[in-house]
Amino acid sequence: MQTTARVQPARSSLLRDPKFRGLVFQILAVFTVVGIGWYLFQNTQSNLAQRGITSGFGFLNNTAGFGILQSLIDYTETDTYGRVFVIGLLNTLLVSGLGIFFATLIGFVIGIARLSPNWLLSRLATVYIEIFRNIPPLLQIFFWYFAVLRAMPAPRASYEFFDAIYLNIRGLYLPSPIPADGFNVFAIALLAACVAIVLVARWARKRREATGQLFPTPAVAIGLLVALPGLAALVAGNPVTWSVPELRGFNFVGGLVVIPELVALTLALTLYTAAFIAENVRSGIQAVSHGQTEAARSLGLRPRHILRLVIIPQALRVIIPPLTSQYLNLAKNSSLAAAIGYPDLVSLFAGTVLNQTGQAIETIAITMSVYLAISLSISLLMNWYNKRIALVER
Amino acid sequence: MTEKKLESAAGDKLMIRMESVNKWYGEFHVLKDINLDVRQGERIVLCGPSGSGKSTTIRCINRLEEHQAGRIIVDGVELTSDLKQIEAIRREVGMVFQHFNLFPHLTVLENCTLAPMWVRHMPRREAEAVAMHFLERVRIPEQALKYPGQLSGGQQQRVAIARALCMKPAIMLFDEPTSALDPEMVKEVLDTMIELAESGMTMLCVTHEMGFARTVAHRIIFMDRGEIVEQAAPDEFFSNPKSERTRTFLGQILH
Repeated sequence: MQTTARVQPARSSLLRDPKFRGLVFQILAVFTVVGIGWYLFQNTQSNLAQRGITSGFGFLNNTAGFGILQSLIDYTETDTYGRVFVIGLLNTLLVSGLGIFFATLIGFVIGIARLSPNWLLSRLATVYIEIFRNIPPLLQIFFWYFAVLRAMPAPRASYEFFDAIYLNIRGLYLPSPIPADGFNVFAIALLAACVAIVLVARWARKRREATGQLFPTPAVAIGLLVALPGLAALVAGNPVTWSVPELRGFNFVGGLVVIPELVALTLALTLYTAAFIAENVRSGIQAVSHGQTEAARSLGLRPRHILRLVIIPQALRVIIPPLTSQYLNLAKNSSLAAAIGYPDLVSLFAGTVLNQTGQAIETIAITMSVYLAISLSISLLMNWYNKRIALVER
Repeated sequence: MTEKKLESAAGDKLMIRMESVNKWYGEFHVLKDINLDVRQGERIVLCGPSGSGKSTTIRCINRLEEHQAGRIIVDGVELTSDLKQIEAIRREVGMVFQHFNLFPHLTVLENCTLAPMWVRHMPRREAEAVAMHFLERVRIPEQALKYPGQLSGGQQQRVAIARALCMKPAIMLFDEPTSALDPEMVKEVLDTMIELAESGMTMLCVTHEMGFARTVAHRIIFMDRGEIVEQAAPDEFFSNPKSERTRTFLGQILH
């Protein structure tokens, strides 16, 4: 184009320069945040000093002096607040871990069931999802704790399963294993079986790639897992003796006790979160276009190979990000434990310890940072996994 | 259109036989008494207005759609609800889709080796050799390690053709293979299909590319409202269409 359009000289003011504006706003934002932080810190310091409240983390070394319902490590009342913190943390991790494991399992099963062509199965899955995700989690915890477990009979009238498992108002009593003579040999055999399975799976994959023949790896794996330890037990004698709970007087002795608070909390968190995970799984599978199934079918692939090689790898990419937030929700919802007295981090540390020491800022800060750390770890792990399986586009 | 005619006659062996095939979607009668014989090496183009049942017809051949009445016999095997027979037929019938349907999580090479390895139980090395052979035939061996998302539409469709060929099918079905492509990519896909035709492959092709039909087809089948209205050799079909509906259709599509 040949025109005589005159070019405007570059005489723009700094105020209309987007780069300069951006810089100004960022500097303003930093000053504001730092200013507010500094004010809060100063204010707190002077108030604490005025009222003579000690601050700092020295209280962690003081004696706690109270009992705890459930601790995964040894604990007596003479132990310190620091140890109480560790116990609370472990209890939180225990219930979160159990919840995440079972919720994932149930969620996947329900999610796939919801897509089943079987009318009854898919309706049942829908009903499950609609009930459990539409009732507040706190209410569900109350339901399992007060309406179900607190309504259990006294120990003498326990529900009994296989003469070894007992359920009553005090909790779930399970047999616990105690290592015996054959334990070491048994453990070695179990380890050997695991190693053998890995080797067999590797060999089977190599053989499939080299010759094209399929190998029944799962069946062989189960066989190995049963045969090797079984043989070890036969040769070296019983690997464990079981401590079976036994009714003595008014209570059970021996075995492993799962307190009703843990059962209720795990049940409620699991069933609640599983409903959400099921929806994630369903939408993930549905996000894989029908054309993928058709292409795989037209190549002659079997339905289970289509699911395993084509559908699931693609569905996982859609499922993982919302699954991460469900895991985070579960970990955070575990703090509802306080409502039924399960000794998790919040009820123990930000509850009892705070009340006894009065050091609100420190305990709350520690508790918050711990949840932040747990959540960030889950997030990082899942993001790493998500990145590893992400699709390559352009 | 002045393409030279492809001279290779169809054999005598009957590859596909459809006998009064009928299909309904609920109340809607999609296929009405379809009778069709396809011989080995024969190349058939199906055309017709949208919704006429041409895609449904070829999708019945590898049971992506189920017919409700009539018989379909592919390479001597009758299509029933028997899963083994359906799988046997699908191994022998390759299909290329309008939207490619490549597996986006696998590389081009893995797309091509998946079915040979898991269905034909071919060793990986052999499957890869076969895949590279066909990728060379569709002229994109250099893209073997890329993912489908990194290729253009035309390249993706050629990979899809190679993927189907890796199963060494006896019959190839094409369901509007160029309809989703940008205009400048149509030719590369059609050229690949013409080369395939030269090799004597039995082909059924749903397409609106009338130039391709004229060059390649032994027979053109015109479908409308679920029926085969007319079938004829290309010269006859274009110069002397018998039915009014065919003439209207050709009037709309050729200009």
